[in-house]
Amino acid sequence: MDKKLVVSSSPHLKSPENIHSIMVDVLVALFPVALMAVFLFGYRALATMVIATLVAMITEAIILRKGNLFGDGSAAVTGLLLAMVLPPAPPWWVVVIGSAVAVGIGKHLFGGIGNNIFNPALVGRAVLVVSWGAHVAGDVWMRPVPFNFTADIVTEATPLATKAASLLDLFIGTVSGSLGETSALALIIGGIWLYYRGHIDWRIPGAFIALVFVFGLFDGGFNMGLYHVLAGGVLLGALFMATDMVTSPVTSVGKLIFGGGCGLITMIIRLFGSYPEGVMFSILLMNSLTPIIDNLTLPKRFGEVKQKNA
Amino acid sequence: MSERTFVGGIHPGYYKDFSSGKPIASARAPAQVIISLHQNIGAPCDPVVQVGDEVKMGQKIGEPKGFVSTPVFASVSGKVTKIEPFTHPLGNPLPAVFIENDGQDKPDEGMKPGKPLEELSAEEIKQIAKDFGLVGLGGATFPTHVKLSPPPEVKIDTVIINGAECEPFLTADHRQMLEQADDIVYGLKAFMKSLGATNGIIGVEDNKLDALASMNRAVAEGKGEYDIKVHALHTKYPQGAEKMLIKATTGREVPPGALPMAVNVVNQNGGTAVALAEAIKLGKPLYERIVTVTGPGIKEPANMMVRNGTMVKDLIEQCGGMTEDARKLILGGPMMGLAQATDEVPVIKGTSGVLILTEEFVKDLSIDPCIKCGKCIDVCPMALMPNFIGSASEKNKIEMAEKYGAMDCFECGCCTYTCPAKRPLVQWIRIAKGEIGARRKK
Repeated sequence: MDKKLVVSSSPHLKSPENIHSIMVDVLVALFPVALMAVFLFGYRALATMVIATLVAMITEAIILRKGNLFGDGSAAVTGLLLAMVLPPAPPWWVVVIGSAVAVGIGKHLFGGIGNNIFNPALVGRAVLVVSWGAHVAGDVWMRPVPFNFTADIVTEATPLATKAASLLDLFIGTVSGSLGETSALALIIGGIWLYYRGHIDWRIPGAFIALVFVFGLFDGGFNMGLYHVLAGGVLLGALFMATDMVTSPVTSVGKLIFGGGCGLITMIIRLFGSYPEGVMFSILLMNSLTPIIDNLTLPKRFGEVKQKNA
Repeated sequence: MSERTFVGGIHPGYYKDFSSGKPIASARAPAQVIISLHQNIGAPCDPVVQVGDEVKMGQKIGEPKGFVSTPVFASVSGKVTKIEPFTHPLGNPLPAVFIENDGQDKPDEGMKPGKPLEELSAEEIKQIAKDFGLVGLGGATFPTHVKLSPPPEVKIDTVIINGAECEPFLTADHRQMLEQADDIVYGLKAFMKSLGATNGIIGVEDNKLDALASMNRAVAEGKGEYDIKVHALHTKYPQGAEKMLIKATTGREVPPGALPMAVNVVNQNGGTAVALAEAIKLGKPLYERIVTVTGPGIKEPANMMVRNGTMVKDLIEQCGGMTEDARKLILGGPMMGLAQATDEVPVIKGTSGVLILTEEFVKDLSIDPCIKCGKCIDVCPMALMPNFIGSASEKNKIEMAEKYGAMDCFECGCCTYTCPAKRPLVQWIRIAKGEIGARRKK
């Protein structure tokens, strides 16, 4: 026979999904959030997102010594997510450092995709917060001016510190805050897309948001419960950060514990800590527990518990 | 939509349309058959003919060695020309009997009707399964008489006929349910009588509505005093896996490492039921079977009745040959079948399909690191941790692979199918299983 046949181990069918397609799905999910940010904060938000994404991709291309800038898309996701958790208009060099740190230290120091322990975008932000806090925390938050592409910057404290925004403003996003965290509406649209595409499970965001809401009830009733969910970074964290596949548990029970832990720590920091916001630290802390959570919550195998009357 | 199913599993494309509308046709009897002496799980056969012997169709040419073993039979009449190793679907050359076909199809004297089912005892049915070389025809080739020999303390109450045919592409069982439904019911009754089982279940995936209708008709007409039901099953791979089928039809879960007997059930493939029916009614030993020849790489897909020992190459030629872009030859289905290096390999009792895949199915896929998406865990029907087992095996950490459940894996391939990083999880798990098995023997 003249034809050479390919021999490989079964199965011989593979799903069309790959890492590249997942990352593209995440970018698609972030699109409404990015669009909303530009509506609210104008060209500065666009510049922040573009710089963060480009620097992340360039950093990865240099580390991996490859010519394909987009690659599997994971660096672009990290860069864009970092932009989402920065103020809308930080100095450009802060964005560059944060993005390079996120990909270089947060991801590749640990061995690259799949091997990092902490969410890379949050590592980038954490480094910026402790090193250049004056530019990325405190009262640096630009007041949104909808549909004004070149509005002047007027900064103010976040609604989380003031507790003065209306729930409708929080839902639409017409409040000050991080670039991508203000609009609950846009975040929920993105989250639904990720869920529909099968890339996030309900358990992590569900447990995260539920615990924030319940603790919020004790901080001032039903409205304050909703306020705590909608204000600050809870939705962005619960839908896009805590659900990062690499750094969250893979078991069903583990996901509930992880999400619950994130919500609990967030609220402890918010209610009793010295920062008004605790989402970043809660997720980074729970990231460090992910391997042990997985190993303590191994699922029951098929048929493992014998029926007593069998 | 039927609710009878299991947790996990995947929905790959069916690809059944290539051959599902093609009635079972007789394949050409080849000029020479090469009948392997290794045709079942368990021990192989010793040849009982010699070079130069004249043999008849249906004559026993290989005698089983041991209990978990079955005889093999000549599929043509003619002359034994060689007894030597030949390429086997498993890859290695294994002993085989070469018979030159005289074209006469002279039947063996033993091929005549015996007593009807009503007069047969349980023990006699089991003996027929053994003497006529019956094995599980779904592909696993487990000797049928062993399944009919539960230890005395085990009472089998249910026999399930597997008509799920959950492997994409394959349609042999489907055609059989359309064309030989009465024999499937007859065979099921024989299984039930042999085991003293009170319930008979025929499970069919609900993407084969015509097969469901056909089986319902055959059961209504032929069940007699037997309690037989046809269950429509949710269409999902691997619905036809033994443990998944039992879970879906009876709700019982077979414990890890145990056989279906542990939950008082015996599973049989529909093809095996037909083979038993034909053994009882015609005295016909298992020397031919239905093979689906299909896939995008074959010009004229077909379902064919093929004599044991026919070259796969012969079948491909009868189906118009391979297309230009054909790149992979698989014996069995695309999820669990074995890729072959050559088309000069004989059809054996377990060959359910000859599948030819094209370039687009064999694109070279690079392996990426695990991104811990957990999708393999979601689809694993055994609720294992395929990503952890695979990574442990990759690093040769065999104890860890065992801890995460390697030995419970039956290699359905759902995890590898799903993995977005294209990691060959089943391959790594297989390596771990081999290593764990070897260590346990020490």
